[in-house]
Amino acid sequence: MKLFGYQLPAMSSLLIWGLLWEIVGQVELTFFLPALSEIFVTLSEIITTKPFIKALSETGQAFFLGTFYSVTVGIPVGILMGKNQFIDELLLPWVNVFLSAPLTALVPVLMILFGFGLKSIVITTTLFAIWIIILNTRAGVKQINPSLVEMAQSFGAKPMDAFLKIYFWAALPEILSGVRIGFIRAVKGVIIGQLLISIVGFGALFELYSSQFLMSHFWAVLLVLFAMAFTISEFLASLERRVSYYASKR
Amino acid sequence: MSNQTTSVNAVEVRNVYKNYNEVEALQDLSLDFPKGELTSLLGPSGCGKTTLLKIIAGLIPATSGEVKINGKTVTGPGPDRAFVFQDFALLPWANVIRNVSFGLELRGVAKSEREAIAEKYIADVGLAGFEQKFPHQLSGGMRQRVGLARALSVDAEVLLMDEPFSAVDEQTRRKFQEDLLNLVKNENKTFLFVTHSIEEAVYLSDQIALLLPRPSRVSEIIRPSGFRHKDIDSIRRDSEYLDIVDRIWDSLRTYVE
Amino acid sequence: MRYRALSLKFLSSVLIFGAWEVAGRVPVSFAFPTFLESMSALWALTIEGTIFTAYAETLKPLVVGVLISAFFGIGLGLWIGLSKKFDWFVSPIFIVMQSAPLAALIPLLIMVYGIGLTSKVFVVCIMAMPVIVLNTSGAVRNTSASIIEMGKSFLGTRKEIILKIILPSASPIIFVGLRLGISAGFIGAILSELKITPTGVGDIISYSRSTADYPSMYAAIFSIILLAVLFLNVLERIEIMVFKGINKGLVAD
Repeated sequence: MKLFGYQLPAMSSLLIWGLLWEIVGQVELTFFLPALSEIFVTLSEIITTKPFIKALSETGQAFFLGTFYSVTVGIPVGILMGKNQFIDELLLPWVNVFLSAPLTALVPVLMILFGFGLKSIVITTTLFAIWIIILNTRAGVKQINPSLVEMAQSFGAKPMDAFLKIYFWAALPEILSGVRIGFIRAVKGVIIGQLLISIVGFGALFELYSSQFLMSHFWAVLLVLFAMAFTISEFLASLERRVSYYASKR
Repeated sequence: MSNQTTSVNAVEVRNVYKNYNEVEALQDLSLDFPKGELTSLLGPSGCGKTTLLKIIAGLIPATSGEVKINGKTVTGPGPDRAFVFQDFALLPWANVIRNVSFGLELRGVAKSEREAIAEKYIADVGLAGFEQKFPHQLSGGMRQRVGLARALSVDAEVLLMDEPFSAVDEQTRRKFQEDLLNLVKNENKTFLFVTHSIEEAVYLSDQIALLLPRPSRVSEIIRPSGFRHKDIDSIRRDSEYLDIVDRIWDSLRTYVE
Repeated sequence: MRYRALSLKFLSSVLIFGAWEVAGRVPVSFAFPTFLESMSALWALTIEGTIFTAYAETLKPLVVGVLISAFFGIGLGLWIGLSKKFDWFVSPIFIVMQSAPLAALIPLLIMVYGIGLTSKVFVVCIMAMPVIVLNTSGAVRNTSASIIEMGKSFLGTRKEIILKIILPSASPIIFVGLRLGISAGFIGAILSELKITPTGVGDIISYSRSTADYPSMYAAIFSIILLAVLFLNVLERIEIMVFKGINKGLVAD
């Protein structure tokens, strides 16, 4: 959109929304929405406190481990499914089932099997992220241009070489796309896991603040969370863009 | 430059400039399109021929200059012109008869009336029996026939065709060219035809406007005369035809990237 | 060859359920019933009718939430797609919402609206709306420039072009958005059951968990997943049937 002939940057309307938020808060329209500035002040106060750092590290740990597993298990499974017809036919229905299933329903099961701690959350996170990673990796492998394969064979490439120099890069845009979506899902998984288990990480903080109606604190933590999720998502998107210049139009 | 009087030209282009930010797509272009004839705009990629066609169609505004259709200045699309698109531009969710009658539908013609008109033109382009089919069930060539029938059914005086045969295979393309020659003979319309194929332009046209790029300009106007009256099948072996093709290629070859 | 696909599906089901059965017998954990135990609990719940009343309760916020999200979501999406100004102003909100873990807002909703149907409906809405809005606006904006130009060349008015060209062209992806929205709505419904107040199926889960009736708990969860998957599959079939041949690429999640 243009204003006075200058092209306004993409997300700039958020500034206006922020302003509106500030005004609503200052006017004290509702108890539940404190002014944005107040929230930032609270944020700067709590960001160095022990509970916050503990929550951050617990959440970060769970997220890191969860995504780590989803990538290290998901990508190889996806590659396997992309290359082997039999395994593909065997596993694909299940991958699709779990992709569309409301995985939230599984959390109670995880809780009773693995307890109320980090382990359950990590597994939740992995489960949220892994299916789309498998699916996109599989798609990336399947769409490798057969001409590239024939080319590799005709020039006598060794399997390892062919994989590292050709197939990996050919499938990469699609894989990165899956990883990006998977990571977003992982963030949701971490939060949902913590909300339901609620004695660790940000889930615990939310419980604490909401039970004591500490609105500023609540929003502060929420904003941090949203900002982190957005940053991760944008970072992966930029990685994806770097690689996708050669991705063919689907 | 032609010195015919205004009433003999269906379309007149006068000093048209078109700029996209800093890039000058068309520079001081002036051209006449005689009524009832087929004029080709021929040139390599980037010479602005599609841009010019869309300006005449009223789909893009010129930066400066004027286009007149039968003496009236162009300000936007109008009922006096119909456009045939390179990528067919059919509605994928509508069947053939709806697609062909779409132009009439947008003009508010009643359903039974517009379908009757559509049926006639569907038969004219050789698609009788396919009225209920959908675009994805048709070959590329058939889809373009639908586009052509649609443009014909609104009965505009000027037909603007943007590389209409470039998206079909070679054999279909030759058949289309032969059919178009018959169409030009039978319909009393002015045809403006954009192409980058030299043979196609020489085969089809009463007049060829050669456009060259950077800056886009009309470099030459050619009127093949000798073989126009000839049998469709013997045109491609006529010596004047072959001479003109060679001549044009000589002019254009330096502009190929 | 058809039978091959079907029999492989059957085979893989047998494998998975068989593994479940074995794991239950080992047992992997005292809290892990076998497949057969869970299935008989499911059967019991069905016969008693408990499961139907439970779903009626659970589906209430889901249906209401999805309807509201669809109505406002598509409306907003259309507006965003058609107006550059509105797009600039409003889309960033939904873009942020799409990558954000919206479930984090649930405690807030509980604070504001208490526990009850209202907050549950809200949960479903915040989960479902972003994807519906973004898919709709994307579909509208990505309408093929060529057929819009065609509409203009044949003198279509702005209203005609929107109704006869843009909307039909966008409908496949709007439908995908709806499907993804319903999927997200399911998650919202279950979350609100587990987190706000368990009334329907959530009640079965919580109650059987607290009484260590694990087969019933697993049965309830199995039924949720089964229902959701079946429903979404049916939607996908309908989508393919209705929109076959219109050949639009799928927008990712």
